[in-house]
Amino acid sequence: MTPKRPNLPTAQPPRREGPGPLALSAIALVALAAVASGCGGGGDRSGGAAASEVVVGEYGSLTGQTAAFGSQTHRGIELAVDEINAAGGVKGRTFRLVTEDDQSKQEEAATVVRKLISRDKVIALLGEVASSCSLAAAPIAQEAKVPMISPSSTNPKVTLVGDYIFRVCFLDDFQGHAMARFCFNTLGARKAAILRDIRQDYSVGLANFFAEEFARLGGQVASDQSYSSGDSDFKAQLTAIRAAGADVLFVPGYYNDVGQIAIQARDLGLTIPLTGGDGWESPTLLAIGGKALEGCYYSNHFDPSSSDPTVANFFRKYSDRYHEAPGALAALGYDSAKLLADAMTRATDITGPAIRGELAATKGWAGVSGLITMDQNRNPVKPLVVLQIQDGKISLRETIQPF
Amino acid sequence: MARRLALGALLIGCAALLDALLPRLLDPYMFQILIYIGINITLAVSLNLVNGITGQFSIGHAGFMAIGAYVSAYITYFFGPGLATATPSGGPPPGIAGEFVLFGALLAGGLAAAGAGWVVGLPSLRLKGDYLAIVTLGFGEIIRVLILNIETVGGARGFAGVPPLQKFSPVRGFFWVFLLAVATVIVSVRLVNSSYGRAMLAVREDEVAAEASGVNTTQTKVGAFVVGAFFAGMAGGLLGHYLQYLNPAMFTFVKSFEILIMVVLGGMGSITGSVLAAAIMTILPEALRGVKDYTPHNIDPRMVLFSLLLIVLMLTRPTGLLGHREIWDVVPWRRRRHPAGPNSGGAA
Amino acid sequence: MNTFLQHLLNGIATGSIYALLALGYTMVYGVLKLINFAHSEIFMVGAFTGYYAAHALGLASNPSLLGAATVMLISMTVCGLLGFLNERIAYRPLRTAPRITSLITAMGVSLFLQYGGQMVFGPDPKFFPQVFPKSNLQLGGVVTTNYQLFVVAVAIALMAGLQWIVYRTRFGKAMRAVSHNFEMASLMGIPTDRIISMTFVLGSVLAAAAGNLYGLVYPRIDPLMGVFPGLKAFVAAVLGGIGNVPGAMLGGMLIGLVEEYAVAIDPWAWGALHVHVGRFKDAIVFAILVAILVFRPSGLLGRYEPEKV
Repeated sequence: MTPKRPNLPTAQPPRREGPGPLALSAIALVALAAVASGCGGGGDRSGGAAASEVVVGEYGSLTGQTAAFGSQTHRGIELAVDEINAAGGVKGRTFRLVTEDDQSKQEEAATVVRKLISRDKVIALLGEVASSCSLAAAPIAQEAKVPMISPSSTNPKVTLVGDYIFRVCFLDDFQGHAMARFCFNTLGARKAAILRDIRQDYSVGLANFFAEEFARLGGQVASDQSYSSGDSDFKAQLTAIRAAGADVLFVPGYYNDVGQIAIQARDLGLTIPLTGGDGWESPTLLAIGGKALEGCYYSNHFDPSSSDPTVANFFRKYSDRYHEAPGALAALGYDSAKLLADAMTRATDITGPAIRGELAATKGWAGVSGLITMDQNRNPVKPLVVLQIQDGKISLRETIQPF
Repeated sequence: MARRLALGALLIGCAALLDALLPRLLDPYMFQILIYIGINITLAVSLNLVNGITGQFSIGHAGFMAIGAYVSAYITYFFGPGLATATPSGGPPPGIAGEFVLFGALLAGGLAAAGAGWVVGLPSLRLKGDYLAIVTLGFGEIIRVLILNIETVGGARGFAGVPPLQKFSPVRGFFWVFLLAVATVIVSVRLVNSSYGRAMLAVREDEVAAEASGVNTTQTKVGAFVVGAFFAGMAGGLLGHYLQYLNPAMFTFVKSFEILIMVVLGGMGSITGSVLAAAIMTILPEALRGVKDYTPHNIDPRMVLFSLLLIVLMLTRPTGLLGHREIWDVVPWRRRRHPAGPNSGGAA
Repeated sequence: MNTFLQHLLNGIATGSIYALLALGYTMVYGVLKLINFAHSEIFMVGAFTGYYAAHALGLASNPSLLGAATVMLISMTVCGLLGFLNERIAYRPLRTAPRITSLITAMGVSLFLQYGGQMVFGPDPKFFPQVFPKSNLQLGGVVTTNYQLFVVAVAIALMAGLQWIVYRTRFGKAMRAVSHNFEMASLMGIPTDRIISMTFVLGSVLAAAAGNLYGLVYPRIDPLMGVFPGLKAFVAAVLGGIGNVPGAMLGGMLIGLVEEYAVAIDPWAWGALHVHVGRFKDAIVFAILVAILVFRPSGLLGRYEPEKV
């Protein structure tokens, strides 16, 4: 054996000695053992469904960067689950929801989904809003043959992971193309500027789809600028956009950045309308952006002020319970849970493959966010609404059917 | 030499056995924790080489992870299927060929990271302590921003569809993770006990004296970065293939800091300390998962607790769990069996 | 030309905030040779204190310049106290320990304040109210708001005040003595502990001001808001010469301008080099850091001090 490495005298001043290394190591090992046994023990106790229940897992960003999205979706799902159980559950069995927080992080999403599947033995999954988290979790669900419905992930790649992955919202390519058509045809814009959030896959994808369609229609993308979500200063980009002389500015970002972008744009004397995607959707959008958002438009999954009975009903129940107006994310969360329950009811037995089959066969199912028919890639074919902000209120401007 | 080969074969056999058995014995959640422990051990021990043993304060380790992860994922994603099926006639069967493809990709990732380690190590020639820390932090961020803007690997959207470890090989994740962790520890231990390791320790203790004594401090420091980065890169590659998804947001300086906490907790300069701390710091957050329900705003208390732990540790016992010593210095079982004397075993 | 001037004004406004922050880093490094990572969190606390104070005083519905000044003073007091406590509790016991230990502790305090802030304030971003009436102004072809001008004016006033303190008062002289040579200063009878505490307080006061100014022009505040501005302010301090007060001001302005112009030349860079330079602005700032430390570690205004063996 090699000789023992000499303990070199250190040239540092004497330090206060805490508990000795042996004692500390012993404490650490005991703690480790306790924790490990706690993990193991806890595992046996939890998980698994009683015969009278159907266990469904939900994973979402209840904390972290996109916490607002996750909590809203959660409320929509919660409302749906309570209604389902009040109506007798699924084939007489209680719909039990197990919720896990992924802190808006992809690694966490993968971890909690694994836990839900192996520990809690969920029969299906609901989640996530952020496509990056859905993409991290989907392979796990696919491999375990657990059907997963994403309420609001719009990245096309999500459902391509496998045939057990579904969604109830439209895709970014449709959204981007639709907004390009709106800007070109309805607003008559010929020169567009884009301000994308390069930190969000959602924003980059949407911007690309917008740009390609706008160019295809004959318009010109005069300026393509970017920021990172979390940035506070957009004046440099907006100054460059102002110099490019565009007719419209497409900002496919999240609502809290968009509000500030609008304010700073107006501060710089930029008066062109801003347009955007469903990331604008939030009850606090107007509180943040205020007057700066007058005359702006964004695409959404449903029109909250619609007089359609399904929508109005949902609106009333949600606001009564949570004392706030429901946004699209809540509606989509609600729809995903209701669709799942419906598929379970249609299925011959409540197992993964059977539920999957029924989900794939969904046709003309009436959700709050529209009629849902699954196409061969397990994406719904549904229309998009363009909302406008006028006199401090949000109203419907146009509905764009799938093309 | 024969003894070393036998030992190596034994380890590989062990790894394969565990890899096959463990998924049956444990549920996927616990199995995942084990995999994370393995990856964290590799990360902590590799960072320890730089921070603890050579005394260079590096807090950009996540950047090396990222490079290794993306390079290996790029290779397996774009070239993997082609390479795996193009076995020469009479060559190894596809399963084994797949192993080599995976290993090759991981190795390439590690080498790319090592290259980056070389680049980052160079400014360390003139910088000490705090400055070096900031520069490595800066490099970590630069790497992350660069990756964020490379569209081929997905950029901000992340790299989805990284082939899983099973695609190429019959063995699952644990095999590689185990082997890598063991390899990292063995390399570190042998390195520390070699003349090169002496140089590293000398640089840590007093760089000017070391330089004056003829130690090539430049080579030593850069070498430490390169080796540390290499293992971090391979760990990153494994992580990417295990998760089947990569995103630059996974490699911010918060990640670097988490690895640093492991090294500091275990004792900077102690390899076994890093191993122990890595295990503790992987299990603890999972065990504390339930605490979230009791905190204000339901925030995960993990980072608050760890930063508090770090502060308290620095104020009371900055040397960490094992200080500069290894576990066999503290629990003296090896010394009794092998009294200090001339090297008797392992004819190389 | 108009666009150039517009970018110039934007860059100076952002740069002033970085400068105020950089001053805190540089002063603390000067006296303690410690990078106070927690400084960026003091900045964050300043912004949040301003937010809560503004709401407590009802400024959201009743904006006034006097109210804005009061809010800023309250923030400064709170942050001064926080900086003082930080030094006393976390850094003073480690005065004789190896530098790495205090560095790690500083990082620990920084993370503790960030994530603790999430627990206390909630992780969702809050929106700083408009504490005094905002109006748009047009100067030639440059469009701006009175907020931006206020930021620049207040920052310059504070920096001038600091210059006066550092170069024209006894305290400033003592501070400079301590940063020059700690042992000699204490041998000369300077109460080094007290000077160091006051340095922290001074730096924290400036950080609080920076936090409020930041909240004015970039209303969105959240507990993690200090991280990147803090890092960039640190780069600014290093750029100007760490330990050097005018250097920090210069460095701050430069970093603000670099960021601004990196985005400004993006259309040209895309056309000529096919690189979206604007997207790399963070990386560019860090690259400046690396370059300075490798080629001119004493910074732009610092003096080269050979290492004594």
